[in-house]
Amino acid sequence: MASDAKSATSFEEGLKGASEKVAEFHEEKSALKRLQHWLHQTPSAVPMIVLVVALIIFGFLSENFFKATTLSTILQQIAIVGIIGCAQSLVVLTAGIDLSVGAIAVFSSVLMGQFTFRYGIPAPMAIGLGLALGTLMGFVNGWLVAKIKLPPFIVTLGTWQILLASNFIFSANETIRSSDIAAQAPSLQFWGQSIQPGGVKVLYAVFLMVALVAIMAYVLRQTAWGRHVYAVGDDPDAAELAGVQTKRVLIQVYALAGFFCAIAGWVMIGRFGSVSPTASTGQLGNIQSITAVVIGGISLFGGRGSIVGMFFGALIVGVFEMGLKMVGTDPQWTFFLIGLLIILAVAVDQWIRKASA
Amino acid sequence: MTGQTSVEPILKARGLVKRYGKVTALDHCDFELYPGEILAVIGDNGAGKSSLIKALSGAVQPDEGEITLEGKPVHFSSPLEARGHGIECVYQTLAMSPALSIADNMFMGRELRKPGIMGSLFRQLDRPAMESFARQKLNELGLMTIQNINQPVETLSGGQRQGVAVARAAAFGSKVVILDEPTAALGVKESRRVLELIRDVRSRGIPIILISHNMPHVFEVADRIHIHRLGKRLCVIKPGDYTMSDAVAFMTGAKLPEGVTEAA
Repeated sequence: MASDAKSATSFEEGLKGASEKVAEFHEEKSALKRLQHWLHQTPSAVPMIVLVVALIIFGFLSENFFKATTLSTILQQIAIVGIIGCAQSLVVLTAGIDLSVGAIAVFSSVLMGQFTFRYGIPAPMAIGLGLALGTLMGFVNGWLVAKIKLPPFIVTLGTWQILLASNFIFSANETIRSSDIAAQAPSLQFWGQSIQPGGVKVLYAVFLMVALVAIMAYVLRQTAWGRHVYAVGDDPDAAELAGVQTKRVLIQVYALAGFFCAIAGWVMIGRFGSVSPTASTGQLGNIQSITAVVIGGISLFGGRGSIVGMFFGALIVGVFEMGLKMVGTDPQWTFFLIGLLIILAVAVDQWIRKASA
Repeated sequence: MTGQTSVEPILKARGLVKRYGKVTALDHCDFELYPGEILAVIGDNGAGKSSLIKALSGAVQPDEGEITLEGKPVHFSSPLEARGHGIECVYQTLAMSPALSIADNMFMGRELRKPGIMGSLFRQLDRPAMESFARQKLNELGLMTIQNINQPVETLSGGQRQGVAVARAAAFGSKVVILDEPTAALGVKESRRVLELIRDVRSRGIPIILISHNMPHVFEVADRIHIHRLGKRLCVIKPGDYTMSDAVAFMTGAKLPEGVTEAA
């Protein structure tokens, strides 16, 4: 009935003369609240502050610390962790975790080496094959996570063991000597070369790491694909309904992570000279990269943080290791302090998240 | 909205069935939406309204039945495909990424790229264009209190979030706009704006499907009311012919509409 429809709006008559403004609140913001809000907006600020403070402290404690050689050594030592960290950052941003990163890196380096030396494939082609196979290993991770819907932790715990075992079986535990590589396939050691401005050695690998971080920072911030990675990590159901092809994005993320790990495998040959299936990266690469990611302020719950933060996280670890060594403490203090930093970083992450509530 | 019998429905469904295990959410359900109308869909909890909407918007795939858009059969395997056909949906959950900005959320899955080489080769987003478009759409909806178009959605109030979701659908829907409980989280004034917006969208010639529990709102704006009961369409009524209490009686099964003999 018409009268019924009319009466439907009559209760809103009271709106006449009401304030036209939609609810507004003026809250007194304390300095602490503003800090929390600012950190919420700029997630890489925390690791940057920690890094600067650490640099200042070590600069005071050891007069040799601020020498160019020291700083270039730190960069050199974090080159591999930094590149693997790019892979880990991508995966963690989608609320996943990749325990197989180190195994993919070592296996890829062994594949590149053995293709060249056992099968006589020209080195550049062997490198290409190694990169492709590393990508494939990541793709398998992504496929299992996205299509079979297995938890990333379990998938990569499995592939970590499988790939590491395959690596030992395939290589028959043989190391390819550095001198052989230098003589027959120098392109495998490409990233171990360096430029020496003013006598300070800077490895090509360091430039590669910085370039990869810069490229990924651009991709994640400035492209639609990057926004989709964040959306998938934030709330996959919402992303799917909003028109993101979440499965495809997940598979691409894991495959790209595999590609980065394979690049890290290539860099390892340059850095260590030899191709060794027992390189420690296979066992520790995942923990080191997760450490850099967490200290760098990327949330393990996905969707928050930046790859630049991961770079600062890796630098913090490098600065601690080098600084404590130069000060002359027991090296165990490094791990002690890094353990503290990890817990602190996650606590800060939780606190920052409350800014949104 | 008279003489619709002579007009072809823009969106039509026949015999939709959707089962989740042993639960039948849609049981040979029919549906018609005519050009330029506001069709309300009402029904008790668990009647299958959401399943119907999800089937029409591509979020779920029906087990049986067919959907036609402008007379042509369509199969949506994802919301993205439905969107490609001009069907926009505001879900009850809003489908927004809390940590991303308002502009990012509005353009999720259809981002604008910079003109020239920065866009084509380097795939760079055209943020200024996306931001000004988002700002303009929010202003049209009267959501002026949002100061910063780059603030993350999670910093907005529930009503503001809903406003952004409605603005997104209204901005991009070219054939059909589906609104699932669009006023549920809104205050009186914001609800009024959304109702005005719904009329606004219809005046642009775009038909709207409105799912709501708010009977006054339904009776105020709807041209026809589709009453959903036990997984299928019980009847379609015109708001002028029945009272709200009749509608509630139909949807709860307390009363059967004339001409419908089938007991539930």
